[in-house]
Amino acid sequence: MSRKPQSTDRNIFSFLRNNTVPLMFIIICAVCIPISGFSPAYLLNEIVTRLGRNAFLILSLLIPIMAGMGLNFGMTLGAMAGEIALIFVSDWQIWGIPGVILAMIVSVPFSVLLGLICGKLLNMAKGREMITSYIISFFINGVYQLIVLYMMGSLIPIAHGSIKLPRGYGIRNTVSLLNMRQCIDNLLAVRIGGVKIPALTLLIIAFMCLVIVWFRRTKLGQDMRAVGQDMQVARDAGINVERTRIISIVISTVLAGFGMILYLQNIGNLSTYSAHSQVGMFCIAALLVGGASVDRASIGNVFLGATLFHLMFIVAPQAGAKITGDSMIGEYFRVFVSYGVITLALIMYEMKKRRQKASIGEQLALAQREEEKHE
Amino acid sequence: MITDEDGRQMSQKAPLLEMKNIQKEFFGNQVLTDINLILKEGEVLGLVGENGAGKSTLMKILFGMDVIRDTGGYGGDILLNGEKTDFKTPFEALAAGIGMVHQEFSLIPGFTATENILLNREPKKHSVISEVFGERLDVLNRKQMTEKADTSIEKMGVKIDGSMVIHDMPVGHKQFTEIARELSKDQLKLLILDEPTAVLTEKEAEALLDSIRGMASRGIAVIFITHRLQEILDVCDRVVVMRDGYVVQDVLSKETNVTEITRWMVGRNVDTAAKAEIRDNPDAPITMSIRNLWVDMPGETVRNVTLDVREGEILGIGGLAGQGKLGIPNGIMGLYDAGGEVILRGQRIPLNEPRACLNASMAFVSEDRRGVGLLLDETLEWNIAFPAMQIQNKFLKPYLGGLIKWRDEKAIHDITQRYIDELAIKCTSSKQKAKELSGGNQQKVCLAKAFALEPGFLFVSEPTRGIDVGAKALVLEALKKFNRESGVTIVMISSELEELRQTCDRIAIVSGGKVAGILPATESAEQFGLLMISQVK
Amino acid sequence: MIISAFLLALFIMAPIVGVDLPSQITNVINRFSWNAVLVLAMVPMVHSGCGLNFGLPLGIVSGLLGATLSLEFGFTGPLSFIMAAVIATPFAIVLGLGYGALLNRIKGGEMMIATYVGFSSVSFMCMMWLLLPYHKADMVWGLSGKGLRTTISLEGYYDKVLSNFLQINIGKISIPVGALLLFALLAFAMWAFLHTKTGTAMTAVGSNPTFAKAAGIKVNKIRMLSVVMSTWLAAIGILVYVQGFGFIQLYMAPFYMALPAVSAILIGGASVNKATIMNVIIGTILFQGIVTMTPTVMNSVIHTDMSEVIRVIASQGMILYALTRRSEVTR
Repeated sequence: MSRKPQSTDRNIFSFLRNNTVPLMFIIICAVCIPISGFSPAYLLNEIVTRLGRNAFLILSLLIPIMAGMGLNFGMTLGAMAGEIALIFVSDWQIWGIPGVILAMIVSVPFSVLLGLICGKLLNMAKGREMITSYIISFFINGVYQLIVLYMMGSLIPIAHGSIKLPRGYGIRNTVSLLNMRQCIDNLLAVRIGGVKIPALTLLIIAFMCLVIVWFRRTKLGQDMRAVGQDMQVARDAGINVERTRIISIVISTVLAGFGMILYLQNIGNLSTYSAHSQVGMFCIAALLVGGASVDRASIGNVFLGATLFHLMFIVAPQAGAKITGDSMIGEYFRVFVSYGVITLALIMYEMKKRRQKASIGEQLALAQREEEKHE
Repeated sequence: MITDEDGRQMSQKAPLLEMKNIQKEFFGNQVLTDINLILKEGEVLGLVGENGAGKSTLMKILFGMDVIRDTGGYGGDILLNGEKTDFKTPFEALAAGIGMVHQEFSLIPGFTATENILLNREPKKHSVISEVFGERLDVLNRKQMTEKADTSIEKMGVKIDGSMVIHDMPVGHKQFTEIARELSKDQLKLLILDEPTAVLTEKEAEALLDSIRGMASRGIAVIFITHRLQEILDVCDRVVVMRDGYVVQDVLSKETNVTEITRWMVGRNVDTAAKAEIRDNPDAPITMSIRNLWVDMPGETVRNVTLDVREGEILGIGGLAGQGKLGIPNGIMGLYDAGGEVILRGQRIPLNEPRACLNASMAFVSEDRRGVGLLLDETLEWNIAFPAMQIQNKFLKPYLGGLIKWRDEKAIHDITQRYIDELAIKCTSSKQKAKELSGGNQQKVCLAKAFALEPGFLFVSEPTRGIDVGAKALVLEALKKFNRESGVTIVMISSELEELRQTCDRIAIVSGGKVAGILPATESAEQFGLLMISQVK
Repeated sequence: MIISAFLLALFIMAPIVGVDLPSQITNVINRFSWNAVLVLAMVPMVHSGCGLNFGLPLGIVSGLLGATLSLEFGFTGPLSFIMAAVIATPFAIVLGLGYGALLNRIKGGEMMIATYVGFSSVSFMCMMWLLLPYHKADMVWGLSGKGLRTTISLEGYYDKVLSNFLQINIGKISIPVGALLLFALLAFAMWAFLHTKTGTAMTAVGSNPTFAKAAGIKVNKIRMLSVVMSTWLAAIGILVYVQGFGFIQLYMAPFYMALPAVSAILIGGASVNKATIMNVIIGTILFQGIVTMTPTVMNSVIHTDMSEVIRVIASQGMILYALTRRSEVTR
């Protein structure tokens, strides 16, 4: 029983409400960009680079949202799988594009394993998926450190001394990836008016988008959408709900692994113990900035969000410095805004859920009263 | 409809469905006793009976639902086309050709009707990728989906828009989507419809009846469960009336009428109502008046109830499930949104405020023991003493001139022990956790909780639901005793007409969200039955 | 239970591998005294059904405001500790009210949102520590004279004021009686509160909110009260912590502080909707025990410092276990 909105006012109001976060961000950027004093060309270049670096990672978040698992903080697990793969590949001294491809292949078994663990745990915590995936990321981070800091070099053979810590085992804090730095970016790179466009990277991203579109049309995609909306109905129709949920997490983890490898090949070196921790949080923030919500996210959200978020990221410190004379303010400001955005999006999602429940009751009562009038 | 002149048919082949000597008991309660049923291909059977008669249990057995197996299985045989079957899951029943449309919709709200109709059975386009990675990666063949869905919508005979998303649909169309879904299963031979017209408008109900006739003419048998007796007569070949777990009548619909059916539904073979001392005192002052009450309780909507309760009486409120009787106490006591006017002893009681009612010395024993009535993880002491403590400051020791109100554990223990004795609550001690008690004893705890408040007015909702026979009598006796000894006015809501007739002075029947009538408890069951179906919505 | 066995094993092994047991025990007791109040702060919200308070940083931030302002206003010695508590209280109450109002609108999703509210508030305060007009010489950056330093020493103020108060030495083990007394006082107050009429109502709200509502309890008010209590206890808790630690740590330090407290109470046997004072005491002892003993013992045995990693795995694992227990249905 839907009632068409009484007037266009309703439409505008609900548009504003549904898109609060991106609109806020546009305002913040609009204010900060002129203050920061960066040139448009510089900004454009930065954005294109960052888009190429991050978009794949953000895309990996789409599938769990489709399956009703909420924001997958467990994508950090995929990032860790990608890092482990890169450590091995650097150790085997395979560089350039073959190195990248090999790393992607090696990351898959790790991602799948981690994804399975994560998926199983999330199935045990239905209704609390997000906070559970958040804690899982910390937990596996501990396990990762156990492996990388202690077992690599001692129990797991690492040939090259250059990546090991002085004491003989454990990986160094930074592993240089110079020999594969930007190899994918540079191949087929195009320069237009001072802006470097990493065509191959963008092609890969575009291909991924097509894959996602295709996936939505498959039976598995349809099943996931069903499970995401109502697990009981899906179960009654014969869909294996638990398995479908686990598959969605595994896919997301594998994609996050690939995305992390693309990210790192762009940066050119690996901060072994800290690279992945911020990745999850920033990608989720970016997706939310693009207008996505806990239960609904599209490819458009990914690109809009990546652009706006990173724009803010670049201009905030400078703008902050110019306004207050203190350069640290801008740094903290962008951290604050990242967290604030996620908080806001989460709050709005919960409130919307409650509003929907209430409106069903309201509609019943209203229908009743209308009936009474006609009697 | 496959009949001949005398209404009987010597068919060469076995009937589609035969249920022989079906029995079922739940935790010692015999819910179905020796049910025998035969259904032929293309026949439309109307199944009627009060709540608790056993209709849904019978259908659950037929459909292979888990709850049956989990509670000890069933006795007797089910034969499909002459062959014995025993479905272990609903999926087996579906595969064998039995479909069921439940009262609660099983639809994905964000999908279109077409997507729902073919959920998990979508036609797919095969490709190389699925060869390698598994068939779930086949792309859905949207064109074929639309075709199949449209075909089954046509088979149903009611026009609905396959491309409309479920949550935009009016309620009636959602119902039709469910039916279309069952029809789209090619192997469908028998369709069970559980209260399908409850949510339909008049026109839609007509359309549904036409659709059922269409299905029957295609050889699909239909079991139609409803309280709308006129519809049964309009569309069914036969009517089966169930009562207390028995089949009491199995007649051709053209040989019977609404009054007869009602009588079979509610009448009892022997009028066992112990003629309790019914006190009919028309001069007793009116203690509570309810005017134009509406309550938004999902499933038990109250539309417009006007009622007077006399002081000191036990008033019963009866009616069929979903007609609104449970909404009345829940609405007045503030658990659900409500509107209208309630006046108790001359004072207006504000609605939507549980505290106000409790302060006015009203108490409520809810029908939802586990959800509302109990703190399952806490001790009996906590459960029984809590409301009295919070509302009336009982069982508290004040310190520092009343600033600190300390729990008086001894007083709490004493009062709990008192009620354990008085109501014979079976437990290991007053410190046992409420969740460990049996249903009947939990109900007694809820009663004790209300009694501890020493209220002047008591609502009791479904007091003996899920309780075995022995405990039932005890609970009803306790209520009567409470009323006789302390003069408390009691309003008792129940789906069991017999217990109302045994315990109450007057009984009001709620139908269609309104009061259909009030009669003294001594009236015949048939009279009450007629009121119950009078305005069924 | 596994954890206690592990801890016991550590204690037994310690003297064997040559670790100085008395000093370790002193360490454990000290760390217990610093952290216990923060863990106690979890109790009210668990009781009222708001879940584990991942938003603890909000209360911590109020406490830090109190601490810094007390120094700014020039109080020294034990008085500055008391003043810190006094100043922190109104902040804690106001923030607690806001936080509580928010949680009331989002019942069911409290824990996730609490986490991010905590993060947002810490990062917001990061900006504030730089901007607010503090002037005291030993608090601000030397060069610019503006903006607070990351770490501020409490020597001369109230460093260890509680710990040294009534300190008892048994052999080589020193017990910070003052701090323990404060914890005991607060714990007793909490225990007593839960035995009053309002406290009983709070437990009922967490146990079955519909039951409480039907019994006439104003559920939202009780939840709000529990949040304010929790936030205030967190503020006091951080003050106890900094006096024991000897330094006030600002900026990003409080960021992850909720997790150890959550983990500790879970280790002590609590669950998402049930927590007792005993859980607090046992949990804090076990948690701090592991944190202190593991590095030293493991160092001596394997000559490797795996402590951080073990601690992370153990504490996060506990939280994970609590979250995945199929205890209650989501509301």
